[in-house]
Amino acid sequence: MSEERPTLQTYTAPQDILDEHAELADQDDAPDVFEDNARSKQVAARQSDYHNRRFNRVDGQGEGEDERYEDRMRRINLQKEEERIRRHKEQMEKDKTEDEKMVLDDKTPPRALAGDDTPPRAIAGGDTPPRETTPPKKRRRWDVEEEVKQEPGVEAVAPKRKSRWDQTPSDTAPEIKKSRWDQTPAASAPTSVITSTPSIGGVMMVEDKRYRRMTDEELDGLLPGGEEGYEVVPVPHDYQPAPSVRKMVPAQTEHGFMMQDDSDAAKARSAAGGIQGSQEQTEIEGIGTLQFLKPEDTQYFAKVLGEGGGEDDDSSYTLEELKERKIMRLLLKIKNGTPPIRKTALRQITDRAREFGAGPLFDKILPLLMERTLEDQERHLLVKVIDRVLYKLDDLVRPYVHKILVVIEPLLIDEDYYARVEGREIISNLAKAAGLAHMISTMRPDIDHVDEYVRNTTARAFSVVASALGIPALLPFLRAVCRSKKSWQARHTGIRIIQQIAIMMGCAVLPHLRNLVDTVADGLQDEQQKVRTMTALSLAALAESAAPYGIESFDNVLKPLWLGIRQHRGKTLAAFLKAIGYIIPLMDPEYAGYYVRECMPILIREFQTSDEEMRRIVLQVIKQCASTEGVTPTYIKEEVLPEFFKAFWVRRMALDKRNYKQLVETTVELAQKAGVSEIVGRVCNDLKDESEPFRKMVMETVTKVIASIGAADVDERLEQLLIDGIIFAFQEQTLEDTIMLDGFATVVNALGDRVKPYLPQIVSMILWRLTNKSAKVRMLAADLTTRLAPIIKSSGEDNLLSKLGVVIFEQLGEEYPDALGSLIAAEGAIANVVGMTQMNPPVKDLREYRTKANIADNLVPRMTPILRNRHEKVQEATINLIGRIADRGAEFVPAKEWMRICFELLDLLKAHKKAIRRAAVNSFGYIAKAIGPQDVLSVLLTNLKVQERQSRVCSTVAIAIVSETCGPFTCIPAILNEYRTPELNVRNGCLKALAFVFEYVGEMSKDYIHSVVGLLEDALTDRDHVHRQTACAIVKHLAVGVAGLGYEEALTHLLNLVWPNIFETSPHVIGGVMDAIEAMRLGVGSGPVLSYVLQGLFHPARRVREVYWRMYNTLILGASDAMVPFYPNLGSAADLASGQDYTRHELMMWV
Amino acid sequence: MSELRYTANTQLEQLHSRYTGTGHADTTKYEWLTHQHRDTLASIIGHPPLLGYVSIADGECQARERFELIEKMVQPCGKPPGKTDE
Repeated sequence: MSEERPTLQTYTAPQDILDEHAELADQDDAPDVFEDNARSKQVAARQSDYHNRRFNRVDGQGEGEDERYEDRMRRINLQKEEERIRRHKEQMEKDKTEDEKMVLDDKTPPRALAGDDTPPRAIAGGDTPPRETTPPKKRRRWDVEEEVKQEPGVEAVAPKRKSRWDQTPSDTAPEIKKSRWDQTPAASAPTSVITSTPSIGGVMMVEDKRYRRMTDEELDGLLPGGEEGYEVVPVPHDYQPAPSVRKMVPAQTEHGFMMQDDSDAAKARSAAGGIQGSQEQTEIEGIGTLQFLKPEDTQYFAKVLGEGGGEDDDSSYTLEELKERKIMRLLLKIKNGTPPIRKTALRQITDRAREFGAGPLFDKILPLLMERTLEDQERHLLVKVIDRVLYKLDDLVRPYVHKILVVIEPLLIDEDYYARVEGREIISNLAKAAGLAHMISTMRPDIDHVDEYVRNTTARAFSVVASALGIPALLPFLRAVCRSKKSWQARHTGIRIIQQIAIMMGCAVLPHLRNLVDTVADGLQDEQQKVRTMTALSLAALAESAAPYGIESFDNVLKPLWLGIRQHRGKTLAAFLKAIGYIIPLMDPEYAGYYVRECMPILIREFQTSDEEMRRIVLQVIKQCASTEGVTPTYIKEEVLPEFFKAFWVRRMALDKRNYKQLVETTVELAQKAGVSEIVGRVCNDLKDESEPFRKMVMETVTKVIASIGAADVDERLEQLLIDGIIFAFQEQTLEDTIMLDGFATVVNALGDRVKPYLPQIVSMILWRLTNKSAKVRMLAADLTTRLAPIIKSSGEDNLLSKLGVVIFEQLGEEYPDALGSLIAAEGAIANVVGMTQMNPPVKDLREYRTKANIADNLVPRMTPILRNRHEKVQEATINLIGRIADRGAEFVPAKEWMRICFELLDLLKAHKKAIRRAAVNSFGYIAKAIGPQDVLSVLLTNLKVQERQSRVCSTVAIAIVSETCGPFTCIPAILNEYRTPELNVRNGCLKALAFVFEYVGEMSKDYIHSVVGLLEDALTDRDHVHRQTACAIVKHLAVGVAGLGYEEALTHLLNLVWPNIFETSPHVIGGVMDAIEAMRLGVGSGPVLSYVLQGLFHPARRVREVYWRMYNTLILGASDAMVPFYPNLGSAADLASGQDYTRHELMMWV
Repeated sequence: MSELRYTANTQLEQLHSRYTGTGHADTTKYEWLTHQHRDTLASIIGHPPLLGYVSIADGECQARERFELIEKMVQPCGKPPGKTDE
């Protein structure tokens, strides 16, 4: 069939496929709420409301130094009082309306129907009355203090999934999507942008329509009533309705008409090219080239942009103003400038940091970081500035610690890992510069701040301080905070600090474990539920980071935890269970067994819960319990498994990614105890389930169980069911991932020769699917062939393999690149197991072509044009197959064909994928071995003339591989000859090739060292520093290769040539030189190198000393003992007179 | 400090805290030689034949010699010179 089809040069997806994908994309009506956010580079636009609460922090902003401690404490207390009164008033109002309603209408709203997450008492067998718990929301943080409570009844019927259509267009919606054009900056002083925003209009209270209370009629219409056997439960007398929802929406100053301002900002904007600012590079007078300029920037930097902003206007200002202008210029350069401009500006601001002073610097930097339109890159650069400046300012930074913290703390909860790391770095440097006492007094007022956000970030910042200054230093303070009587918020934050310390420092908490545990222990019996929950969570974190040590430290908390899981429900219970789950693995086996049996009934009771978080925690705890030694297989089999499978192995679990993962892990852990057949027997029928995600989950579990325990336990009946199920699941697969393939391969390999009876069935399925209409099916079938080829061979089914080989060979005209790649890989896998000589892809007549020459005549010529295919997968598969043929059966292919392939391979050296380049380079080696190095080498050496660096680099590697496989004597003369070409790239390429050659051949270099000394002399004295750098790499590999073989005189000569380069400044060159010198330590010995180094250790110039000490340090690291005999004798009478005896008398002893 | 601090000697602080005997551009003669002496003494103790040789030369038993060498490591070159020197 492939004959009819014209071969295409390039492949693209056919139109129907493209249409199908477009349709698929449309069909997928699950709303992607992150879509808009992901597109945005702006940090604030991307982040959640919670993250953006940082803009609500009005304290610690604005210019000037931090407020005094007393002032802050007073203000914080005032805020707390205000908050308390506000809530009290709301409560009163609420109560009043409720009372009125109660009188009017005796039908009470049903009490949280879905809200109570713990199962009813009868099922649970608990002995405590159900507690009032808050209704579930889709994403809720554990520990957020919920200022906003929602009507339980409303939540029960409201769809959990938030999609577009059900959003009432609310007042707040347009606020998020706002384009730049309608924003006119207010005509205020440019530096007060930040401070003024919250204060101008304050905040307005807006009633959100979406959270409107539902009337009883509406509820009756939605919920089943008395006819269906439900009844409306009366409101319990202790039920306290939550205050109505109020959303904080900042006053919008941008809306409406604005007077055109005549200020500096406007001028600056026009100077910078129009009202919008620009996205292109702009040349600004006095600043240089900027990459972009946003309207906010023009406003902020108005003083140095536009008229009167240039440096020549600076004459009329005072010193302070000059400083300010200088700082602003530098900051603008750093934030918006092109890389070279940014670099010099960063260096300037660092070097002059102390001169500028902390005040002017931070007054300019910090407001920029609180800008709402800040983008990732800008934030990164500004944080970098703070880091550098901090280092320079040291203790001068003290008055600004709080302001810096307010800006940096939000980084600690950023979703970007690198932002978190940067934040940690800054706070840790800040702590080192300001000192513990100052840090504590600065952060103390935030510990019981009214805003949960502030407390959360402060706790994280404190944990960073603890890791910077050491846990013991902070312990007394933490102990005091955790026992605070004044406010539960303080206790909560203190305990959370310890949780964060545990998470951040890992096993480094071990030395202080008992102290930390004792500090939080009292929190378990706290009167506030949130504190109890947080205590349990921090104990879980401590146990997790201490594992597997430290059980003795938890002695004090075991009993309260135990009592706790019997008393608590809902979130607190989940936290307590989590803590126990992490503590049990630390215990001795017999205790662990006892405790597991004790807590298992509660876990089994909680199997029924509908709270997703609780379900995940239960799964986690079951996993931890099952992995302890003290739990017996019978116990698991009889007590746990029936309930477990009933509660968790349902289709719904496969839909959520986290549930899916946790369930698979837990089941695999249970299988370790209960055995393969127990678990696989229970799930393998579900391989034929109609839900694909569920089948996938079953398959993954089966794969992992069988991969870890093997299939010896699987009896014949189960074996049949399993293979049957797997074939079904494989055939029905529509999702694109490798789970089914992996599972198939794992199970078949584990069964070993027991799979033989099923092979004809499997192979006929593959053959059938190889000719399927759908390209994806063909691809999967080919992939499966790749996986199964070894097992088919070992089962002795050679004829099946041969049939597969023939069919796949016929399919090589495949036009879909993905499928083609898989087919070639499958062909390669078959060729690999049957060997080149038996390989049998006949084309015309079976009898005629069943000879050894088959490959030569058929496969390789067929592959050569496919090499030109641009698809990566095809390229990789093809190059691997050709490499294998060149390795094992090169003699079947004529040399001319190999040369043709060589030229094709050169193109592959440019491939983006490393695996392709590596395979191509290796193929050069095999081909060179097959047809002799001369021709291949000349191809490669000619390729050194090309422009692309990557291609040249790969050629040099290929040359080195050729010389490794064919012997260095075949290549080195050619390289030396080529080096005479008066062309920079070629000479560099030759040097690089030599470096690789000597790296690969190792000891063999001893025969060639004298031949290359001349070349190295030339290269090391070349004007071009890249020459010298590469030559240093050659020297390094040579020196390591010939160390101890008696070539010291040549190496010393080379060292003399390397040495003058020690003052190079380019990082790569100096790195290469230092490497070469370190290699010389091995090549000529540490003593001679020490004598070189001694010359400059006490040189009058610091620049010289620094380099020499660096070399001395590497010597010390590598050979401190070997240098003892070589230290100079420095004892002198003068030193002796002043009390120091520098003579090493031990070395003077003589027997 | 020169610009090398940003390129070559970035990790100097960690290096010093991790490996004794490493130095920097401001290392004094006394510090440097003290480290050399300690290295020497440690080397003698670490090579038993050498320790045997030295103990014979000193006329002490090996354990005593070993102990004395270790004791000597505290201030192998005597008291540090006064500040007036620098």
